[in-house]
This record gives sequence, structure tokens and C-alpha cells, in this order.
Amino acid sequence: MLKVCLSGPLKAAADGAASVSISAVTIRELLRELIEQYPGMQNQLDDGIAVSVNGQIFRDKWSEEIPEGAEVFLLPRIQGG
Amino acid sequence: MAGTFVSTKINGDQTEFVCQAGETLLEVLRNRLGLTGSKEGCGTGDCGACSVTLDGRLVCSCLVLGVEAQGRKVNTIEGLADGDALHPLQSNFIKHAALQCGICTPGFLIASKALLDRNPNPTDEEIRFALAGNLCRCTGYDKIVRAVKATAKDLRKK
Amino acid sequence: MANDTKFRNRQFKSVGTRPPRPDGLDKVTGRAKFGADTFAPGQLIGLVLRSPHAHAEIKRIDTSKAEKLNGVKAVITSKDLPDLTNGDRDLYDTLENCMARDRALYDGHAVAAVAAIDAPTARKALKLIRVTYKLLPHVTDVDEAMKPNAPLVQPRVYTRGVSPKPKSPSNVAKVSEFGHGDVEAGFKAADVVVEKSYKTEQAHQGYIEPHACLASVGPDGHGELWVTTQGHFIYRNTCASLLGMEVAKLKVTSSEIGGGFGGKTHVWMEPIALALSRKANRPVKLEMTRDEVFRSTGPTSSTSIDVKIGVKKNGKITAASAHLRYQDGAFPGIWAMLGAMTAYACYDLKNVKTVGYDVLVNRPKVAAYRAPSAPMAAFAIESTINEVAAEIGMDPVDFRIKNAAKEGTKSSYGPTYGPIGIGPTLAAVKKHPHMRAKLEKNQGRGMACGFWFNFGGETCTDLNIGVDGTVTLTVGTIDVGGARASLSLIAAEELGIPYESVKCNITDTGSLGHNDMTDGSRGTFSSGMSTIFAARNAIEELCQRAADTWEISVKDVVWDDGKATAKGKKHKKLKPLSLDELAGGSPNTGGPIAGHSQIVADGAGVSFASHICDIEVDPETSATKVVRYTVVQDAGKAIHPDYVEGQFQGGAAQGIGWALNEEYIYDENGRLQNPGFLDYRVPVCSDLPFIDTQILEIPNPNHPYGIRGVGETSIVPPLAAIGNALSDVAGVRMTHVPMSPPRIRKAIKENQA
Repeated sequence: MLKVCLSGPLKAAADGAASVSISAVTIRELLRELIEQYPGMQNQLDDGIAVSVNGQIFRDKWSEEIPEGAEVFLLPRIQGG
Repeated sequence: MAGTFVSTKINGDQTEFVCQAGETLLEVLRNRLGLTGSKEGCGTGDCGACSVTLDGRLVCSCLVLGVEAQGRKVNTIEGLADGDALHPLQSNFIKHAALQCGICTPGFLIASKALLDRNPNPTDEEIRFALAGNLCRCTGYDKIVRAVKATAKDLRKK
Repeated sequence: MANDTKFRNRQFKSVGTRPPRPDGLDKVTGRAKFGADTFAPGQLIGLVLRSPHAHAEIKRIDTSKAEKLNGVKAVITSKDLPDLTNGDRDLYDTLENCMARDRALYDGHAVAAVAAIDAPTARKALKLIRVTYKLLPHVTDVDEAMKPNAPLVQPRVYTRGVSPKPKSPSNVAKVSEFGHGDVEAGFKAADVVVEKSYKTEQAHQGYIEPHACLASVGPDGHGELWVTTQGHFIYRNTCASLLGMEVAKLKVTSSEIGGGFGGKTHVWMEPIALALSRKANRPVKLEMTRDEVFRSTGPTSSTSIDVKIGVKKNGKITAASAHLRYQDGAFPGIWAMLGAMTAYACYDLKNVKTVGYDVLVNRPKVAAYRAPSAPMAAFAIESTINEVAAEIGMDPVDFRIKNAAKEGTKSSYGPTYGPIGIGPTLAAVKKHPHMRAKLEKNQGRGMACGFWFNFGGETCTDLNIGVDGTVTLTVGTIDVGGARASLSLIAAEELGIPYESVKCNITDTGSLGHNDMTDGSRGTFSSGMSTIFAARNAIEELCQRAADTWEISVKDVVWDDGKATAKGKKHKKLKPLSLDELAGGSPNTGGPIAGHSQIVADGAGVSFASHICDIEVDPETSATKVVRYTVVQDAGKAIHPDYVEGQFQGGAAQGIGWALNEEYIYDENGRLQNPGFLDYRVPVCSDLPFIDTQILEIPNPNHPYGIRGVGETSIVPPLAAIGNALSDVAGVRMTHVPMSPPRIRKAIKENQA
């Protein structure tokens, strides 16, 4: 069971919850479970999402495994210049 | 509208072309003569990317009309190297990493050569003011000034 | 273990040296080909007609006279760009920005385009297009646009990020909140609370090369595009989507790029060029004028920011908040959100709250500008940090050191930090001789720190070994500033061969898998990582070839220093085989030897920098001059130190220009008044001193060489460093960027009153 913290507009999409509990091994699983629990998050996912696992930010590597007890943060997808 | 026939010398080579009255020398160089080393950064003489020399005088070729080249000598970046021997400015720009994207580099080389031709021992301030008509957005000018300084020193040694 | 991304400390032979770059010769001789430097037989010249109005309904466009003009081969309007976006909101915004549909949304918004046999004919044709506009009220200021009666820019935009979902459209496109703890309690516990408001005006990336492309599309749906871009694969995907072309059938080749800084990560007129070419069935060359670049591409946001920081007398911050309002131009973006994320990222805070408002106005569509949104937020926060330090009588550097984030700190945007460089850069600044240099009359000193993210992303690389043992490294990440040299150093390092034996090329979209654009400081990080893996992949193959040549097990072969060696006593007699020898023998050991890598480079670190600035202000005219500037930044590992220094200096120079002079000036009709380099004043050579740099190397644990991206962070501290220096010498807090002479005079006068 992972404690997934939400940041920014993602919080609003989860009815204001600062964190949600999700059971997942990979980032892909995590996102799938998240949408199942909070269908309203689909908008945010379409806008773009990044996942921070123990401080490392992943934008695309959805096969990345999430270790037990890792700090998981969902962030909006960021862009550089 | 009938064009004007122009006969001129570009980088030492006798060159002839026909252009419209309103065409700039930059447009002629790039579009009619295939000399794309001089760049258009603004078209209004503010960035120096189109720098060439006209009878030895540093000018923005976007502010010179093609017809004004008649009977004169034009020197562009394509004529800076002497065959396969780079001008010391060119080698020093590479050595001192005085370019990042490189779009402003031809203009800076022409302007730097114009400076060193008339002032072989410029101070840092003199270099900076001589090059103030050439914009660079990548380097902050630091390594450009160092490359010009180094070249001035190399040329004085010769 | 080909794809192990963990940092492993090692002694480098090639990495860290300063050899000449491979594309240097072409660039100093004028041979390098940029966006406008190519021609196609039979090409047409494309030109775009743009709205002179900030906001207007397009009632009618009559192109009949233009179409009849001799020499005109195609005229297009939005009718020639049907909506194929299939509900993709961002893609529709891009489509509408490329060419207006029913309304012109800013001065410079494209409304029609022509392709003709030459430029004079194209210009004549534009003049013959009759557009009937109905003027609408407009708004260009971010705070004005948030007022209840402000003209509505996009009726289809409803505020996101608020609960419950709003019932009517708004100019506020998005609200984003970040932070943790309890700021109210934190402010109550403070001994001193400082509140201040700031404004920053709109700036442009200012690349010297205007956008340019050569498009060639046939009636069979195949096309080619030569273009100056930071991401040719991204441009391909977007253009294909907008034009209804198949991705594999549109080959995009990137020219050399004459500067981007984020402004060339988005398509502007490229779909127009393709649409013109398709209609005319001839190649179309389209170059933007400088005027168009300012009016019609993607400058950065103008902002309005409120900051509140509470502190105990001992120097510990108890609470920090910020309210950040950024304008996105006429289409929703993520810019205020990024500002809200980065604002307090340098600090270790128990209670922090930032709220970002992305607001629509009648201005061009904002695009990324080097560490987008961070410089403005840093200006507001770092200026206030100095105010707070002054209130409690603490040295501004010590104050920052006391509150700096470190490994284990919960960042203000959420995740916990791993090893980071903010502490080391501050310590380096404190020790730096610049801090003790004597200041002359009318001079002041300021420092500031800054933060930016780094990204990885999709990367695909090929490494091919020629018959003479020299190596071709083929990458798809655009080289904006010398990365080909760095990548060649990395390949040379891995293979154990001289740098001069490696040639790095950027290839077109038909020759490699997808590569993300060069943004987010990801170029050397991602392509560097991919190069390492491609080299290791090639080394596996080389070892196998050696094993086959010797007829031994590949388990007994090691690669070291450019050679395959057979290990173990039983193979003592076997002489090592060099890369050249293996390459020469390759026809008989299995054919061409190559390595490949296709990865998503992820887990990039974050980047910190601290800057010091000395500035002189003329007491009569308030003219400013930067007399000394120092950049301290963490690079993880500097592959080619010359080019890392170059990134530090370039970013600092852009920040200096933005801080002191650069701004978009609009009149009361919403028309841009200064779309040229004369009145949009970027720094020139005589404005700046030498820019000193100090590269720190705190290895990124998630990259084999420890590389951190460096391209962006250096633009983040300057606005604040200069603000702090100016406030020092002027005796009054500067709150409005650019801090141009009129603003300095006004601030001083108001303070004296």
C-alpha cells in the first residue's frame, strides 16, 4: 500500500485530499488505480503528470518500480526551455 | 520592373548580378549569390548578424542596397579564411569557445577583423565598444572578448 | 549491465577536457546551415498576414484579389487548416494560435498567408487581402484581466484547479496550490513578518535567428520540412497532427539552430508553411521577420506577485507564502503553476503555501523561456528574503545558509530532496573573493539564489563503428550550444579511444526513433546517458567479435582502454585487439559493429545556483552598469567545462538584460510598440563585464557520470541579484522589473518624498 501525496491542481481533482492510498508496484499500475478511484483525475492525466519517487522525478518511465514505503508525489508535468 | 545590372568585387572575385532597386545587399548576397554566411537577424541594422565590409568599412548589409555595391569591394565571412588557412580570429573563436549557437559568429568575425585592422592593440573597453553593434544572446560576450584579445596578441607577435 | 543509471565515481580521461568542437569550423566560416540557409528548386516564398488588433472578431476575409495576382500560387486562411484535433485541448490551442479562426486574439495573430514566386509578389498579395474586423474590448495586463468585468479572452476556458467546477468561463485558466504545514500558525509564531508585492514585465527569449523553414508537401501525403527548432521530432508530431499527415511520411530535418531558449519548442508558422506547400504543390520557404518574432511567437509571462515571509529573531523562517499571477497570453498554459512550484524551492520550510493563477490576456501565446517562470518568482522571493534579513539584522548570505534546503528537506513543491547543491553554492559565495572586493562610489552589491528542475525524456542514439575504427555517433537531440563536443567526449571515454576518433551527427526524424526536444536542460544529460548505453552496447558486440576471433568464450574478454583483452592465465599468449583491428576484421566476424540505445532518461536531479552582482548607478541619470558578476552553479559533472561556463555566462547575461532593460511595451490599443532590437534592448558587449564562473560538481546519483543539466538555472538568480544590488545602492527596494533608469529614478524620488 502506497501513500501517494498530491500537489497543486491534482489535489483539487481528488476533492482536496492531500494524499490517497494506492496499491501498486509500478508507476503505470499506480496511475491506473488512481484513475479507477478518482475518475475526475483523467483531466489532469491528459494535461500531463509527473511522479516523484523518493525525490526522483519521472515523467515518462511508467515501467519504473516503486519500492515499498517510498515517498510518492504526484506533480503536474513540467516543461523546460 | 526591370532590374539593375551590378558589377562588383566580392571577396576578391569579380561578380555580376541583376537586382531590383529596393533589394538590400544582404538579400542579394544570400538569395542571388548563395552566400548565406551573412545572416538576417533583424533587417533593421540593430543586430549586426549581416556585417560585411564595403571598401574596407564595416557596414550592416541589410542597410545597404544591392545597387550600392556597383564598382566597390565587398568582403564577407566566406572570404575571411585564406584558402585552408583560417584567420587567427577564426581559430581563436573555436579555441576560446567564443560561440555557442554560432548564428552571430560571422558578424562578430567581420566586426572584430575591422577593429583589429585599424587598432591592433585595443583595450578591453575598446573591444567591447567596437563590438557593441553585434548582438549575441548565447555567450554573454565574455569568451568573445577573450578570443579577440588573444588574436590581437597573436597578430602583434607576427 | 548495459542500462545501469547509477553514478559510479571514476577517473576520467576524456570527460572534463576542453577540445575544439566538431561544428566549430563550419560556424566560423559561414558554412553552417541555419533555418534560412537552404533553397529548393522551384521554391515559393511564403508570407503571413497578421492582425493589427489586440482583440477582434474576423467577420470576413476576401482573398480573391490576392489569388488573382500574377505569381501567387496559394492563399490560405483557417479554412485550409480544418480542425483535426479530435478534442485535444492543447492541440486545438496550437491550431488556433497558428492561424486565427473566428477571432484575432492579439496584435500579430496570423489571419491568412500567401505563397508566391518571390518576396515582392508575396508582399503585394498580402496587401490585396481584405480582412473585415469588428473590434472587441481587449485586456493586456494580468491583474486587469482577473477583474470581474474584464473582457473575456477565451469563452471556452473555465478555471481548472478549483472545486466546485465553475459555471461560467473566466480569464483565470488555472489555479495551482502547493505547500505543506500551517502558514497561519507559522505567521503567528513569527517575530517579524514582511509582506511585499512585485511586478515583472514581459520579455522575449531574443534568439538572434528568426524562425525559418522550408516545407515541401506532395499530394501523396509525403512531405519534408527543414526547420530551425529545439525539437524536430516534436515539430513533426505536431505538424503531422495539425495537417492530417502520417508521422512516418513527414521527414523533418533540423538545421543548425541560432538560439532557442525555449522559444523554439513550439510550432508557430511551420504548419502554415506546410499547408501553403500542400496547396501549391511546391516547396515553400517561410522566414519570420524580427517584427513577427516579437509579436507572434512565444515570449515569457509578465507577472504580479505578492510575497509574505515570517521569521524568528534567530533567523529561522517560520512561514512563507506567495500569490503568483502570471499571464499566459491568449491560450492556457502552466506558467503560474511553475512559478508556484519553484518559488521557495531553495528553502527548508516547515510552513509554506504558494498559489499560482494562470491568466489569459490579449497577448501572444506564452512559451518557455529558459527555466520558465522561475526567474520572476525568484525575483519576488529573493528580494523579500533580503528585506527579512535586514529587518532582523542578519547577513543575507548567512540568512540563506540558515534556511537552505538540504538532503532530506521536504521541498516546497512536495517531494523530499536527495543530495542537492544549494548549500554548497551558498558556501562558495560566502567564501568568494567577489564578496570582499571593494565597492566604489555609487556602487552596490547583491546576491541571490535560484532553482530549476532538470528533465530526462525519450532519447534514441546510434553508435556505428567504421571500418577504420572511427566512430559515428548519431543522435536526435538538437545541439543548441556545443553538446556534440560533450557527447563525443562521452563516447570516447566509454570506448577508450581519442576524442578525435568520434564524429557526432544530429540526424533527421527518418533515421532514429523519437527524441524529445532540447529543453529542460536535458540535452547533455539524456543524450549523454543514451550515448553511454549505446557505447556499452557496442562494447558487448566488440567483445563478442574478439571472442570469436580468438575462438574463446566471451566471458573471458574484457574491454579496457580501447582494446579487447583476453583475461586469465590460459589466454596469456593472446595479444589485445584494438578497436581499429576489430573494425577492420568485422566483415568476417559478423558484419557492421554498432551499438544502439533507446531509453527514457528519467530521474534527472534538480539544479541550484547562487549569483553575486555589483552594480553602479549614475546619480544624475539613473543609468546602470553591471561592474562585476559571479555565477556559482552545480553541474554534477562538467563534461566540457568551456561549454558549461558558456551556459552559466549566457543565462546570466539574459537575466541581466531582463532585470535592467527588456520589456514588452503595449499601447492603449493593445499594440506592441517595440517589436525590434532597437527598442527591445538586450545587453550589448559594452554593457557587460567579464562574467566569472565557478562550477561545483556534486554528482547526480542517478546518472552514470553524475551529470546534472546546466542550461537553464543561470537565468533564475539575476533578476533578484540585481534587484538586491540596486536596492542596496538606491536605498529603496526595487519591486518592478525591468529596473530601468526611469523606474529607478521614480523609486528614489518616491522614497525621498
